[in-house]
Amino acid sequence: MTDKVLMKGNEAIAEAAIQAGCRFYFGYPITPQTEIAAYMAKRMPKISGTFLQAESEIAAINMVYGVASAGKRVMTSSSSPGISLKSEGISYIAGCDLPALIVNVQRGGPGLGGIQPSQSDYFQATRGGGHGDYHVIALAPASVQEMADLTFKGFDLADIYRTPVMILADGTMGQMMEPVKMKDYTPPDINKDWAVTGTKMMREHNIINSLCLDPESLEISNFKRYEKYKTICEKEAMCEEYLTNDADIVIAAFGIAARVSKNAVNEARANGLKVGMIRPITLWPFPKDAFERAAEKAKAFISVELSMGQMIEDVSLAVRCRKPVYLCNRAGGMIPSPEQVLAKINEIANMSNSK
Amino acid sequence: MSIVFEKPHALTDAALHYCPGCTHGIIHRLVAEAIDDLKIEGKTVGVAPVGCAVMAYNYFACDMVEAAHGRAPAVATGLKRAMPDNIIFTYQGDGDLASIGMAETVHAATRNENITVIFVNNAIYGMTGGQMAPTSLPGQVTQTSPYGRDVNVCGYPIKICELLSNLDGPEYLERVAVNNVKNVKNAKRAIKKAFENQINKKGFSLIEVISSCPTNWGMTPDQALAWIDEKMIPYYPLGVYKDKSAQKDSEVKA
Repeated sequence: MTDKVLMKGNEAIAEAAIQAGCRFYFGYPITPQTEIAAYMAKRMPKISGTFLQAESEIAAINMVYGVASAGKRVMTSSSSPGISLKSEGISYIAGCDLPALIVNVQRGGPGLGGIQPSQSDYFQATRGGGHGDYHVIALAPASVQEMADLTFKGFDLADIYRTPVMILADGTMGQMMEPVKMKDYTPPDINKDWAVTGTKMMREHNIINSLCLDPESLEISNFKRYEKYKTICEKEAMCEEYLTNDADIVIAAFGIAARVSKNAVNEARANGLKVGMIRPITLWPFPKDAFERAAEKAKAFISVELSMGQMIEDVSLAVRCRKPVYLCNRAGGMIPSPEQVLAKINEIANMSNSK
Repeated sequence: MSIVFEKPHALTDAALHYCPGCTHGIIHRLVAEAIDDLKIEGKTVGVAPVGCAVMAYNYFACDMVEAAHGRAPAVATGLKRAMPDNIIFTYQGDGDLASIGMAETVHAATRNENITVIFVNNAIYGMTGGQMAPTSLPGQVTQTSPYGRDVNVCGYPIKICELLSNLDGPEYLERVAVNNVKNVKNAKRAIKKAFENQINKKGFSLIEVISSCPTNWGMTPDQALAWIDEKMIPYYPLGVYKDKSAQKDSEVKA
């Protein structure tokens, strides 16, 4: 598929996963991501792949754990409440250093919440989500094209670093249609000699395990995993910077919030205000350097989010509280309008002028 | 002098951590003997549970995965779907399989997932120090049923073979015990059959093994083996609960 085609975000993820060599999908129905499962259900049997509707999100993530243990590319997808159910399994996958791709097409919460778009699983995605010291690499697409691109990228990062990777999308990204072009893709050559494929009586047995009753050894394994995380932070942080060079006010926004905010930035520029935007593409690792650089010149930051303010904490940490960081948000499935963001920009611009 | 008895190759040299008199050791050996007899060690992957057998990954010489509590059948499903030509087994206790993992157990069975499940039923949570299990008998005293299991409060024990036998999916369900030589020999036959079924792509085979827990039952090993005859087997009758292939054969003959 090298031509541009019109696709739903959820379908773009599914097709990209297949083209990335993923032949195993396990999931449980939940809105607004069910198109991924539906697409996989249609396609996988035609390409000798496995689509299995699991009995629960818990079972699905543990099936993922099984395939990942065998060293094969595998994924699951869900939406917010389902990701909570998968969190134990994701902790095990991280604790066993297994590669896997998990997609979260977020909806409003907490609890059963609603089915409209949200970004309120930011904390869960960037702090690990389950129990224990671990992270997942969290990727935040802001277009259907990126839904596809970051799926390829996600599988590669998972294999390279032996870690679970999460695509943190939202209901808008999942449901909207845009033209998308699948990239020419060759998977990286990765040695998976740790996988449990049978000893063939040629080697010692491999063990996939996160139990370690000796606290000293468990501490060592945690430190070792955090060495890996350090490399990931150094090498893999990604963001898009938009008009930040001379910006007095810098917006921080990802996903659909960034799409909305870009309109507000353009409008503000037309009105003569020096406004820019940093759009994190990796939420973990957080692109701190871009914010630190922007903080040299900027007078203020605005975090635009579909939550009660979660990424704002990382923005404040990244600018080390040297500059004020304001929140512009909607929650519960509501999306801020460009006018709301522009109003916030004007409010803050007036505040700094009057000082 | 010829060797007449030795440790199965499919067991490692690691010393088992099980309590004195516990029958997990016998069951490990029977599984390993079946793997040796069928010459499948090199392509077998075992899934260990959470519970007393959590460290089974150290004892079986084949590749091993340690699963989250109750999720072994889901993990085994993933492994088998990824490697249909490998032999995948789970080794699970009663809390793991019949309580927290009930959904995974029932659904792997109803899918007739081509795996082998070794279900060790000793009517108690051993690893955490002797709490009431889904299979604890009515009136059984445990740490969390100190006045005896009251069926009006906690409900009745779950009979897994009977329960699963109502499903159309599973290929083979049998309950055995390992409290005397005759029963051990029979258990060996059943476990081997459960692996053969998988080799022959017949589907889901579960062997429930009635096992003892002298430590948490508060008995000597001898008393515990006798208690199996006196209390466990009358509640959990031994035998084959489902054998789809035999059923088909007899239908053909009829």
